[in-house]
Amino acid sequence: MSKFLSLVAVAGLALVMPAAAASAGAEDVPLPNHGVFHLGRGATQEEVAAWDIDVRPDGTGLPEGRGTAAEGEAVFAEACAFCHGDFGEGRDRWPVLAGGQDSLKAERPVKTIGSYWPYLSTVYDYVRRAMPFGDARSLSDDDVYAITAYLLYLNDVVTDETFELSKENFTSVRLPNEENFFMDDRDEEAHNAREGEPCMTDCKKGPVEITARARVLDVTPDGGDDEEGVGAVD
Amino acid sequence: MSRASDRKRPLVSAAPADPSRRQLLTAGLVAGAGAALTGLAVRPAVAAGDPAITEIQDWNRYLGDGVDARPYGTPSPFESKVVRRNVAWLTADPVSSVNFTPLHELDGIITPNGLCFERHHAGIAEVDPAMHRLMISGLVDKPLVFTMADLKRFPRENRVYFLECAANSGMEWRGAQLNGCQFTHGMVHCVVYTGVRLRLLLEEAGVKANGKWLLAEGADSSAMTRSIPMEKALDDCMVAFAMNGEALRPEQGYPLRLVVPGWEGNMWVKWLRRLEVGDMAWHHREETSKYTDLLANGKARRFTWVMDVKSVITSPSPQAPVTHGRGPLVISGLAWSGNGTISRVDVTTDGGRNWKTARLDGPSLPKALHRFYLDIDWDGSELLLQSRAIDADGFVQPTKDELRAARGENSIYHNNGIQTWYVKADGVVENVEVS
Repeated sequence: MSKFLSLVAVAGLALVMPAAAASAGAEDVPLPNHGVFHLGRGATQEEVAAWDIDVRPDGTGLPEGRGTAAEGEAVFAEACAFCHGDFGEGRDRWPVLAGGQDSLKAERPVKTIGSYWPYLSTVYDYVRRAMPFGDARSLSDDDVYAITAYLLYLNDVVTDETFELSKENFTSVRLPNEENFFMDDRDEEAHNAREGEPCMTDCKKGPVEITARARVLDVTPDGGDDEEGVGAVD
Repeated sequence: MSRASDRKRPLVSAAPADPSRRQLLTAGLVAGAGAALTGLAVRPAVAAGDPAITEIQDWNRYLGDGVDARPYGTPSPFESKVVRRNVAWLTADPVSSVNFTPLHELDGIITPNGLCFERHHAGIAEVDPAMHRLMISGLVDKPLVFTMADLKRFPRENRVYFLECAANSGMEWRGAQLNGCQFTHGMVHCVVYTGVRLRLLLEEAGVKANGKWLLAEGADSSAMTRSIPMEKALDDCMVAFAMNGEALRPEQGYPLRLVVPGWEGNMWVKWLRRLEVGDMAWHHREETSKYTDLLANGKARRFTWVMDVKSVITSPSPQAPVTHGRGPLVISGLAWSGNGTISRVDVTTDGGRNWKTARLDGPSLPKALHRFYLDIDWDGSELLLQSRAIDADGFVQPTKDELRAARGENSIYHNNGIQTWYVKADGVVENVEVS
């Protein structure tokens, strides 16, 4: 074998054995047998369980546990009410959690767990992963069941403070607005169904009039007024 | 110059902070505006000569900073107003909030890393990359854990994509409200990402036949999650560790974020730590309570992922008024579509009666910002400026009234309606709507 060819062979070997060639002294470490690149390592059951906190509408992911609305009221007062108010009414601009029933067609809808959210599992999942704000993952699984039960009570989905929510009865509870969600169909809106080239000349009759101005109520930062605008980003 | 004998560096970088200089600058701007007000072209008084020429400037005489003074460079102090801005009344707390890209000050298609708008739900997570892990679990042949070093051993790709928050322009549903494209359209940015195709990572773990959905989860204290259909995950999604050639900024998800080209920004999970494969969607908070589009009839669209074709004129605009008189005026703006490339942008100066096709300049890349220009000879009269983008799939940017007719005013998200700027004879620009 010529010197040139043996160099090519060595280079080829390095290409097909990237893991072994990556660092000095790594020759003895066996390649994992998974995948194409054999990169990463197998996750242990304990590791998967430590991060597997998600819950789905069919109840998949719910932990063992239980809690009553009355128990939840105490936890809520301690951990949640500072932002959300004692009855989920929301303080300042923090989210309103209760009420708003029959407001979705109103000029100012109030979108709450009771009026808008389709699935109760979302409440359990979100409280468990992200609440209380600034102290995530600090609540016990039972506390999250209790808070979820209390939120059902605040929204009149259950009316008895002794109601106990558990892994066993969780999926029997349905939220009232579940049926009012549907898949994205923006492509079928009238302005998207229009055919042909858009108009380029004489597209409007007569001079164009200004119909609305931001200056009427200037809510732009440093705009001069201290007014607040309407709307939300999330 | 009194500092002629001063052998030390004369604080060049502090010059803009000097009050007398700032007053001079301001006075210059006011004088410019005044001249524009009377319809006169602004020209320097040349009788005695332009002091920018006839006087020796500090930077022409003294030494500047050495190469060790700015190990990580920052913009000129004269550009100090080019910053992200918050709208305080919009959210309860700046820790769970948004700020806005200063689009009116930028050109081209790439957003500088430090100006990319921020949206996070529990503040900026400061993640130690040595302690960061990406786990793939769920319906896979073998659940895997990757370190950052592992991820950097996969084949890499570089891709330019825009990222737009679904709520961009969301404050304008009820009418013109905010005077500035930074605030009306600034929840968008566009950078070149370096990373690994998500497909390669999923193939490494082996997705089972019933694995139809992916749950992406962040490592911050909101543990942000979104459900992503497997078809999209295997198509063009990436996990990115760099933006514009350097490591992701902490506020953009350092050390690892998901890239979901053309789809709403909320899905581009930052501080990405976990991908769980499942057989159905999770319906988590950010895809039920939020990021669903309430219509006038009380029903709500879910899974409105694609960002529709959209454009905005960034200059002139309320924060970027015309400061010169009649004559050449560059109308400049941005267009983008989650479907792919932009094929055309039309601009009107009379509120939509007549349109001219603008000039696209710079790269035209799918699901990236496009830069357009219309170079006009301004006669000094009032203008009603609008831009209308058309994408390669033939979608035409609608008017705001068309969107309201279809959806009502409470959708919050996906407002891609045509924006109108009212340019007055004095060059001042206002956010308006027209008949």
